[in-house]
Amino acid sequence: MKPICLPRKEGLYDPEFEHDACGVGFVAHLKGEKSHDIVKKGIELLINLEHRGAVGAEKNAGDGAGILTQMPDRFMRKVTKELGIELPEFSHYGVGVAFVPRDVNAGVECQSIVVNVVEELGLEVLGWRKVPTDNETLAERVKAVEPYVYHLFVKRPENLTDAQSFERKMYVARKHIQTLVTKSKIAGTEYFYMPSMSYKTISYKGQLITEQLPQYFADLNDEDFESALALVHSRFSTNTFPSWPLAQPFRYLAHNGEINTLRGNINWMRARESMLKSELFTEDELDKIYPYLINEQKGSDSSVLDNVVELLTLAGRELPHVLMMMIPSAWKDEEMSEDLKAFYEYHATFMEPWDGPASVAFTDGKFIGATLDRNGLRPSRYSLTKDNILVMASEQGALEFPPEDIVLKGRLQPGQMFLADLDEGRIISDDEIKTKFSTAFAYRDWISSHKINLDDLVLNREVKQPNHKTILQRQKCHGYTQEDLKIILTPMANEAYEATGSMGNDAALSVLSNRSVNFYNYFHQLFAQVTNPPIDPIREESVMSLTSYIGEQGNLFQKVDESRKFIKLSSPILTNIQLEKLRGVNELDFKAKSIKILFDVDKKGSMQIALDEVVKEAEDAVNDKYQVIILSTRGVGKKKAAIPTLLATSAVHQHLVKKGIRTNCGLVVESGEAREIHHFATLIGYGANAINPYLAFETIEDMRQRKLINEDITHDKAVENYITAIGKGIFKVMSKMGISTIRSYTGAQIFEAVGVSSQLIDKYFTKTATRLEGISMDELEIETLICHSVAYPRENIESNDLGVGGEYAYRQRGEKHLFTPEVIFLLQNSTKTGSYETYKQYAKLVNSPENEEYITLRSLLDFTKQNPIDIDEVESIESIVTRFATGAMSYGSISKEAHTTLAVAMNMLGAKSNTGEGGEDKERFGTDANSKIKQVASGRFGVTANYLVNSQEIQIKMAQGAKPGEGGQLPGHKVDEVIGKTRHSTPGVGLISPPPHHDIYSIEDLKQLIFDLKNANKYARISVKLVSEVGVGTIAAGVAKAHSDVVLISGYDGGTGASPQTSIKHAGLPWELGLAEAHQTLVKNGLRSRIVLQTDGQLRTGRDLAIATLLGAEEWGIATSALVVEGCIMMRKCHLNTCPVGIATQDEELRAKYNGKVEHIINLVKFMAKELREVMADLGFRTINEMVGRVDKLKTKDNINHWKAKHLKLDKLLHKMHLRQSDTSYQSIPQEHDIDKALDNRLIELAKEAIDNKKPIKESIKLRNINRTVGTMLSAEMTRKYADDGLDEDTIYFKATGSGGQSFGAFVNSGITFEVEGDANDYFGKGLCGGKLILYPPKNITYNPNENVILGNVSFYGATSGKAYIYGLAGERFCVRNSGANVVVSAIGDHGCEYMTGGRVVILGEIGKNFAAGMSGGIAYIYDENSTLKNRINSQMVDLELIEEKKESDEIKSMVEEYLKYTGSKEAKTLLDDWDATLLKIIKVMPKDYKRVLANKPRVKDEQDVSA
Amino acid sequence: MGKVTGFKEFERKNISYAPVKERIKHYDEFITPLNKKEIVKQGARCMDCGVPFCHSSYGCGVANLIPRFNDLVYKGEWEAAFRTLMSTNNFPEFTGRICPAPCEGACVLGINDNPVNIKSIEYAIIEKAYKKGWMKPQIPKNKTGKKVAIVGSGPAGLAAANQLNKAGHSVSVYERDKRIGGLLRYGIPNFKLDKKKVVQRRVNLMKEEGVEFITNAHVGVDVSVKKLQKKYDALILCGGASEPRDLPISNRDAKNIHFAMEFLSQCNSKVEGESFSKEDEIVATNKRVVVIGGGDTGSDCVGNSIRQGAKSIMQIELMPKAPPIRDANNPWPLFPRIFKLSSSQEEGCDMDFNVLSKDFIKDADGNVSGINCVKIKWGEKGFDEVEGSEFVLKADLVLLAMGFLGPQQSGLIAELDLESDERSNVKTRGFATSKEGVFAAGDMRRGQSLVVWAINEGRECALEVDEYLSKKPSMLNSKDGSLYEYKVLKN
Repeated sequence: MKPICLPRKEGLYDPEFEHDACGVGFVAHLKGEKSHDIVKKGIELLINLEHRGAVGAEKNAGDGAGILTQMPDRFMRKVTKELGIELPEFSHYGVGVAFVPRDVNAGVECQSIVVNVVEELGLEVLGWRKVPTDNETLAERVKAVEPYVYHLFVKRPENLTDAQSFERKMYVARKHIQTLVTKSKIAGTEYFYMPSMSYKTISYKGQLITEQLPQYFADLNDEDFESALALVHSRFSTNTFPSWPLAQPFRYLAHNGEINTLRGNINWMRARESMLKSELFTEDELDKIYPYLINEQKGSDSSVLDNVVELLTLAGRELPHVLMMMIPSAWKDEEMSEDLKAFYEYHATFMEPWDGPASVAFTDGKFIGATLDRNGLRPSRYSLTKDNILVMASEQGALEFPPEDIVLKGRLQPGQMFLADLDEGRIISDDEIKTKFSTAFAYRDWISSHKINLDDLVLNREVKQPNHKTILQRQKCHGYTQEDLKIILTPMANEAYEATGSMGNDAALSVLSNRSVNFYNYFHQLFAQVTNPPIDPIREESVMSLTSYIGEQGNLFQKVDESRKFIKLSSPILTNIQLEKLRGVNELDFKAKSIKILFDVDKKGSMQIALDEVVKEAEDAVNDKYQVIILSTRGVGKKKAAIPTLLATSAVHQHLVKKGIRTNCGLVVESGEAREIHHFATLIGYGANAINPYLAFETIEDMRQRKLINEDITHDKAVENYITAIGKGIFKVMSKMGISTIRSYTGAQIFEAVGVSSQLIDKYFTKTATRLEGISMDELEIETLICHSVAYPRENIESNDLGVGGEYAYRQRGEKHLFTPEVIFLLQNSTKTGSYETYKQYAKLVNSPENEEYITLRSLLDFTKQNPIDIDEVESIESIVTRFATGAMSYGSISKEAHTTLAVAMNMLGAKSNTGEGGEDKERFGTDANSKIKQVASGRFGVTANYLVNSQEIQIKMAQGAKPGEGGQLPGHKVDEVIGKTRHSTPGVGLISPPPHHDIYSIEDLKQLIFDLKNANKYARISVKLVSEVGVGTIAAGVAKAHSDVVLISGYDGGTGASPQTSIKHAGLPWELGLAEAHQTLVKNGLRSRIVLQTDGQLRTGRDLAIATLLGAEEWGIATSALVVEGCIMMRKCHLNTCPVGIATQDEELRAKYNGKVEHIINLVKFMAKELREVMADLGFRTINEMVGRVDKLKTKDNINHWKAKHLKLDKLLHKMHLRQSDTSYQSIPQEHDIDKALDNRLIELAKEAIDNKKPIKESIKLRNINRTVGTMLSAEMTRKYADDGLDEDTIYFKATGSGGQSFGAFVNSGITFEVEGDANDYFGKGLCGGKLILYPPKNITYNPNENVILGNVSFYGATSGKAYIYGLAGERFCVRNSGANVVVSAIGDHGCEYMTGGRVVILGEIGKNFAAGMSGGIAYIYDENSTLKNRINSQMVDLELIEEKKESDEIKSMVEEYLKYTGSKEAKTLLDDWDATLLKIIKVMPKDYKRVLANKPRVKDEQDVSA
Repeated sequence: MGKVTGFKEFERKNISYAPVKERIKHYDEFITPLNKKEIVKQGARCMDCGVPFCHSSYGCGVANLIPRFNDLVYKGEWEAAFRTLMSTNNFPEFTGRICPAPCEGACVLGINDNPVNIKSIEYAIIEKAYKKGWMKPQIPKNKTGKKVAIVGSGPAGLAAANQLNKAGHSVSVYERDKRIGGLLRYGIPNFKLDKKKVVQRRVNLMKEEGVEFITNAHVGVDVSVKKLQKKYDALILCGGASEPRDLPISNRDAKNIHFAMEFLSQCNSKVEGESFSKEDEIVATNKRVVVIGGGDTGSDCVGNSIRQGAKSIMQIELMPKAPPIRDANNPWPLFPRIFKLSSSQEEGCDMDFNVLSKDFIKDADGNVSGINCVKIKWGEKGFDEVEGSEFVLKADLVLLAMGFLGPQQSGLIAELDLESDERSNVKTRGFATSKEGVFAAGDMRRGQSLVVWAINEGRECALEVDEYLSKKPSMLNSKDGSLYEYKVLKN
């Protein structure tokens, strides 16, 4: 066996080598021994994690890299001596690091501010040192904003007796300096920034790529530069433009992740300011801190987090305590101690979680540690050597040590903290830390004497009862429609579920509607995509919480507050009884104040007057010590209408925040208006603590009495169901943003407004994005009064029923829709008859709505017609049509007939069809029905090596327009034999798509998946599908930096087979906005030429395509219109399997009615292209490429008189971004995927004989963590030849040693075996499809393999078949979505076997929490030695059984025997030696669904056998 | 939506007719409506379409909220279904009987199955409402003091009167005939729409609601329009399109050649007890009747002739016989142009298509005795006579049912000197005629059409008149608009 030559070690520094290796990590000497070696190791670690960072358009422009160390005292003495500065002893001097602007004036200004402030605070300036830097390798863009780096030396005054006071003083100085510099009028001062100022730590950072750090800062290479710790960070930015200050680490921490609730956290911190009192800071000092408390303007989420950690630490809490407060673990956990729960509950009453995926590494110079948020979605691995070197990083193997030197290998689990005390020289366990802090005070006692459960309050008031006589009037007044009752409320009351809908949203945008629209509808929910993962609120409910608290929060700095009380709410939705209890609260000095939010209907402008009064009244009430403020719409009547609840709520909330008194009260809303999930989500998102939707309750009761609710449902049950449904819905809305708790969601403002004036937003919804302007108070008042006038008409009218609504389906007299009967008929008829003339009639209806019937943003646009050219000069129809793709519609959501028709039509046109996420029948591969685009979604259904090699494009679905941030579910009855086969699952067993891709929790993960897929098919384009929302542009830039070939921006309105109505209507934005933002951002970043920009979402006509092109798209997707041409008549019943035209159904009887034809689809595409071509000729474009991004050819329509639309300003949409010379406005430069440097090229060479001639080969190789996606390209090469069958077992056999990089063995097909001696990182065996993977620790280790981590997170994700044997601990989410692989492992972390649908998993030891959540198929066997594991299994969908059958027992035994054979596990041997005893301790985890299906299966099989 | 899978589980079921032998003995309605249980099932067949074509421009003329009432009927919420129905259609008891139901032709289920039996459901709802006493007079809460005169009491006039009365205006309806209802009363045979039990029932209700009916008042002939203009704040003309299309071929002057309406109106008057002098009376008894025109009016002539005991009945039509299923150029959801035997035709008559009447044959007494006909063949640019296909149709009574040309121009229109459009209908902008305060609606404005369209005309016109009178946006329901819309005054 010939070893493969690894790249030389210095190759890591070689820019020719892969630009990948790093994230966040640290190196420390556990015993606190300072050395330069630690610094060197830190830098080496950083550089080995480079692949986790990003580079921009220029290869040498990184997003930032940095290092935080202890104060290198020896080094500082040396360099100051040269400068003639005499340093006092350690801890008596501090070093401030300053980024000083290069501009002379600005530089002088900043430095003089620094000196003045420092001196003013009584610190003595010892002198400045200009830090030597070398910017030779920096990119031009980076140099343009490069500052000078200075060190400022200050001396601790005599009067400060302890070092910590000195530290605090320097903190005050730094804050005050920043405030004064910000105020400075001198140009260039904005580049000033102080990375750190401390006596004990120092940071070196900049907008660098990792390897530039030691080149740039010569200091770091000085042998005298010593530290016992080095905290490092390499940045991959998508959500902000790279800048010097935002490089990490910050003063206390480095953060890998995203704070989703940032806006709320900032507001709440602001709200607390006036309450802050500290013994450690003087009033004057606090005044100096406040203005720059949160570096909001210049900061990233991570820097804000650091700011608050710093403040709380300096104000007196220990650093680990602060992090426990801010990033609490989920404390519903049964296994958690009561003390710790009390600790968390205590802190929950005054600090909301900083929610979002977070792996935080932190240090204060003494402690160094890391913590993971409750979801634990970022990998953190650590190891300790015999020499006391402690390394923590996102990856294993980033620093190499001989295996025999390792004494400990571990990983951080969700919610856990890992801490090393360098003074004490030991690692403090999570348990110990948490016990320490939770028992430092009697939190349990405090809670029991200060907490009041809402339901325990005395009811001392009358509870309001339903009034059926006036209900219709009041419903009308609050804009209730027939649809609200039937579609929204009925299913919630009946089944505690939100209604599902389908076919997307084609109704008018709120601001374009002619009708009175609920104000809530102007706010669109934001959602997580790419940069952070959404959560599965159903399967992972354990991390979710609806609990909140009302009561004065008190002083954040005070350690324990004796006086205050608080009320616990277990749900934000209050029943009428609960509300009256709260209204009548009489505990200590708790008082509630009700404020009516009503206004006079007779006087124009009185809504504004009333609102001002409400706000004032609320402020007065809080100042008068009312702790509960109830905003109420009760009292609506003939003369009074209600201010929109959302407006009143946000106005009051924000006002109280601004006054700094918001945390003194709970804000409760008693609203007749709130009824659907989105209403509650927005109210909470804008500050409401609790809501009583009394009219919704009344309506449900009214319907119940009219027998419109199921008969067996009592009043109480209906209300309970409704509240449950709302709770689940809120979970879903929160979780799609990746937020777990209602406390951090409250006030977090995770919305974008569309069609609301910035004046209104700035005043009452400050910091919410509203990019197009729109309605203000006048229109809002009109909208409210319209409803009021229907409810309380002054004339005789006949209206004796609610309005029709027409939001969820087209209805006469209802909301406008793009698809009207006329539009559908003309479209179908034109494509059927091939009449372009009829098509033009159709297009006219869609393109030029009469009477200002605007529906979409594009309907407000017009072309500026100039320079028409002869149409013959324009690119041909045949050429244009190749830019079409169909939207992803899976076989499963639509019928085989409908799916195939699209594929054949697109292939005939030279365009592309998309498989959707349901895989594709391999019979279609290589035929004219093969879909060119193969989609890879979170469920990974049918994603095998063979599937991937048969693509021309692989699309990663990050989000779907109709339900961004959510997963999906295909019920068992829809999974027939063929669908089961296509999706590699068991027919009859339901399938769940998780909300996130479990291998994409961040942008660097996406980059990894792109790399994986490129390896899986190097000939395919890789595409990433995003959904339009604010910020999608920066995500698209990130996607481009992650080397995707295509980025698709989908509109929020796209179709769907099934989605909650809330998501269809309220999540995401129109594509026009997202596309324009993406194009502009890419152009601005100089990245546009690297990536194809595609868009879809209700594209209907050639005009739509023209607008999309002018806004920046060079390719387009169609879906709904194609389905309509196939016969779809927008029944919107896809989710019910009753599609009467055989499209969105698997029902044989209905499928027989399918009547779509390939020619009709071809007609559609050609017609659209023809129309587009006419527009091109009109505008003078010969080619599409010329046309892309030419927004100058678009303008807002003249004479828009629509009462709302006329206030819109579309100039931001039509902004022309300057295109750099090196860039083009369309894709012209292919991405560099760097797969030619991958290890697999070598493997393929070595396996040539096997691939060519099926001749077995066996070779040895060496591995490092930088070898990512090993085996995938090899597998692809082999699969191209042998398809699914692959080769005989072990034909290609590699024995590897070392650390496997991410995605080791991804998509490895049958016949390939990897035996790894060493360890491996995340995504091991991803998409395994027949191959065999063996992993065991090196033979010469001294630690116990069963107690140490060998494998990262998310192994075998989406595996479809194959085998694996893992000797050692594996991380979280083991075998998620496994649908056929057989795996044996020592032990695993949390969420094991989630969503599994097939295969066998044998675990010979511990499992983590939430095992088998959403598992619908396959079987898991757990060896439960001490009977402790049962309660870690989520038994919603599985039964726990014993193994009874011999056949089954033998099967498992042989798996364990093989395991022993391959890994040599001692434990396995012991188990096998007494197999009968072992068997008794094995829990068999059997999915209920699967069992049911298996029970029927033999019968089905027999029948087949007979017929065969 | 009714039941999710209802359309797969249940078959369409139609109303049934009394046996021909029985029903031709009388002039009473002869349908047997579906029972309640069956209606519920028919409601369950509705798919609650995301885009319901039944109330599109291809479907219901008044945009009935069909999916909603189907659903409510399925759920047993009859009263709510009734309220829904009444919110869009003033006279479902008429349309539930005689509407050709374009809604069913546009029903999505009709793409590949039998459409929902919408008409029967409508009929069931309204008849239940009468039975249950839900149909109570809706007396306006307060009056505006404005007065409106409506000329003509056909479906358009009645609908306009009904709507304006709701809005609180005082409404007077002028009718030239003895009884209220126009074509509803005089055109449609009693066996299809009962005059006393159904039409008069509704007229009485309207009277109770405060609408004033003035009969035997031929405006423009014996009542001066100018006077009305002075007396009323607005005038709505709903005089219909009563000018019949003639057949000016030789011997047209022969006796016993009549326009269909002359015959039908006599038939209906006789049912209500009137009698006619021998010389005026048109009877089919023992005669060979030839009906020229294959439409609904022709059919009505056939039904009445049978009941009068005609010797033979022949119905001829210039156009070819419609195909049994939709032609390619007549796809769903367009109104299906397919051949369907009407109930009257079913009762016994011969039919011939592609027949051109060349001239009438007059006997010595000046009576018609036959028609010289020829078969024709239709091509792209019209028809050609088929050589050698000439034949003679014997006839003792010829009824011309070839449609209507437009409103009567003398009298009303002439006196007001109203502008007409190219089809001789009254020209309007919206519903306003060229004269201030004078509006027109119904067939008089849009030409010959269905009852449901006439109702819609009346409703929409009323809305405009309401805005004209009150000078602010109307709160009456309209076909397309919503009460929840931001409204500015039209015009």
